[in-house]
Amino acid sequence: MMLRRPRQLWPYLFILPALIALAGTFAYPLAAVIRFSFYAGSVGDLTYVGTMNYQGLFQDPDFLQSILNNLKLLLTVPVMTVLALLIALVLNSQVKGWRHYRAIVFLPYILPATAIGLSFSYLLSGNGVLNTLLRNHGIGFLARDWLGSAANVVPTIGSVIIWQQLGFGIVVFVAALLAVPTELVEAARIDGATGWQIQWSILVPNIRRTIEFFVIVEAITVLSSIFTYVYVLTKGGPANTSSVMEFYIFQNGFENGAIGAASAAVVVLLVLASIFIGIYLRLQARAVRVAR
Amino acid sequence: MRRHASALGQQALLILLCIVSLYPLWFILQTALKTQQDYTRNPTDLPAPFSLQSFAAVFRAMPFAQWTLNSALVALVSVAAATVIALLAAYAVAFGRFRGQTTFLSLNIALMALPPVALVVPLFTVMVQVGLINTLPSVMLVYTGLLIPFSVFFLTNFLRELPLDVIEAATIDGASHPRILLRIVLPLSLATLFTLIVVNTIWVWNELLFALVFLQNNDGRTVMAGLALFQGRYSVNEPLMMAGAFLSILPLLILYLFSQRAFVRGMTSGIGK
Repeated sequence: MMLRRPRQLWPYLFILPALIALAGTFAYPLAAVIRFSFYAGSVGDLTYVGTMNYQGLFQDPDFLQSILNNLKLLLTVPVMTVLALLIALVLNSQVKGWRHYRAIVFLPYILPATAIGLSFSYLLSGNGVLNTLLRNHGIGFLARDWLGSAANVVPTIGSVIIWQQLGFGIVVFVAALLAVPTELVEAARIDGATGWQIQWSILVPNIRRTIEFFVIVEAITVLSSIFTYVYVLTKGGPANTSSVMEFYIFQNGFENGAIGAASAAVVVLLVLASIFIGIYLRLQARAVRVAR
Repeated sequence: MRRHASALGQQALLILLCIVSLYPLWFILQTALKTQQDYTRNPTDLPAPFSLQSFAAVFRAMPFAQWTLNSALVALVSVAAATVIALLAAYAVAFGRFRGQTTFLSLNIALMALPPVALVVPLFTVMVQVGLINTLPSVMLVYTGLLIPFSVFFLTNFLRELPLDVIEAATIDGASHPRILLRIVLPLSLATLFTLIVVNTIWVWNELLFALVFLQNNDGRTVMAGLALFQGRYSVNEPLMMAGAFLSILPLLILYLFSQRAFVRGMTSGIGK
């Protein structure tokens, strides 16, 4: 068959370096990790064990605790979404100095979780700043061992995550709100709608797509990128009650030398993450269609 | 009157929010400027007396200058490599026609969201086998690869907005694609590339997991890995740890003050419309 236009060779040459880098950084490690998940032992000395690692995972209370903690921490997503949305609506109502407020609330999002974790570990320790403040103001009964007790530690980590991610949500939502056509708001006002009615029935539905995006991006973050918080704030403690899947993988892969168990945990994490990644891909595809 | 009260309420709410947002950062600086006795006596008050002791001590107690240099080198090399590789790929996706074009872009978007922890065990074994473990090139290579998906996505989105006829006219004039990329596209992309470089540099600067696992010699660490590991050793010297934390944040703060728009545009670009 004759080709009408000459076959373009150059695009393949242009994407080649990226393909090589992606193969080395993603394709090979993903294949290797799936293989490792069926083996036991150390790298030079692997023995095939079938699905033993997977069976072991679901009998390991530390792994079950880690998954459960990831699921609990997913609850931070609706909380930060609603908070960010409310604050974005306030900023969007042309409050004086809103640009400055926006710049300040975004700042935590760019800061290294390591440095922030160090700061919070002192703020939240038994005799830390928060408890000192509570005691000095006559509300000492609210003081808790925020990071050292099994009952409080996961909500505390969740709060630090919300603290850091909130500004991201606010900035994203304000940008979306600014893009809502003013005629829509004007028309509603002429029809007699009041402030909050406009907010909830006109503005919020109009930025629905942005909200969906934010929820998915944060769900992926909370499921798979919170290692630093756990490592710096608690090292998974007390007694592994604040471990998450990432931390479990790190501990087994590097501290316990259990590559097989770590790799099986990776596969479980990937299965869970792929649900959200699939939704994220669909949202991106929709965004491209909308743009065209 | 009611309107006035509600405006006041809004301002109060926003000021409270700013205090909550800034306090942990303020606490780092305030504690770094205290002596240890002062901190133990009064963890919440202003430093009395102001002391720069802890900042000096950071450089004696930890190889902090070396760590900073390591972080800067790693960021420079991996961000530069990823930017060049991604720009070539994004140019092909935006202006070329090839089989698997949409698949390649979707692949990059999916990999953007892939948990990095999934890769750390096998990449560690590779680095051991090729003898790069405990050397900076190990993390430089991995960071370059990890930065590519987002960079391809970000640059493709930008290049698709450029007027196609400019590129086509140049092709008809017989200009080669490397030439068009260098002479026409690159000058138009400088602001976007700056944004990408800022976002990627911050990502590399802040990364902990790979740095912790791959760089196990004390002098060979990055700032974040060094700080995280010294936390155990100096946890009872709060001003020292906070001085280290503040110094690790300082470059980001300066960058943020001068290029806030780049931060915002780059870091929110994963969210479409």
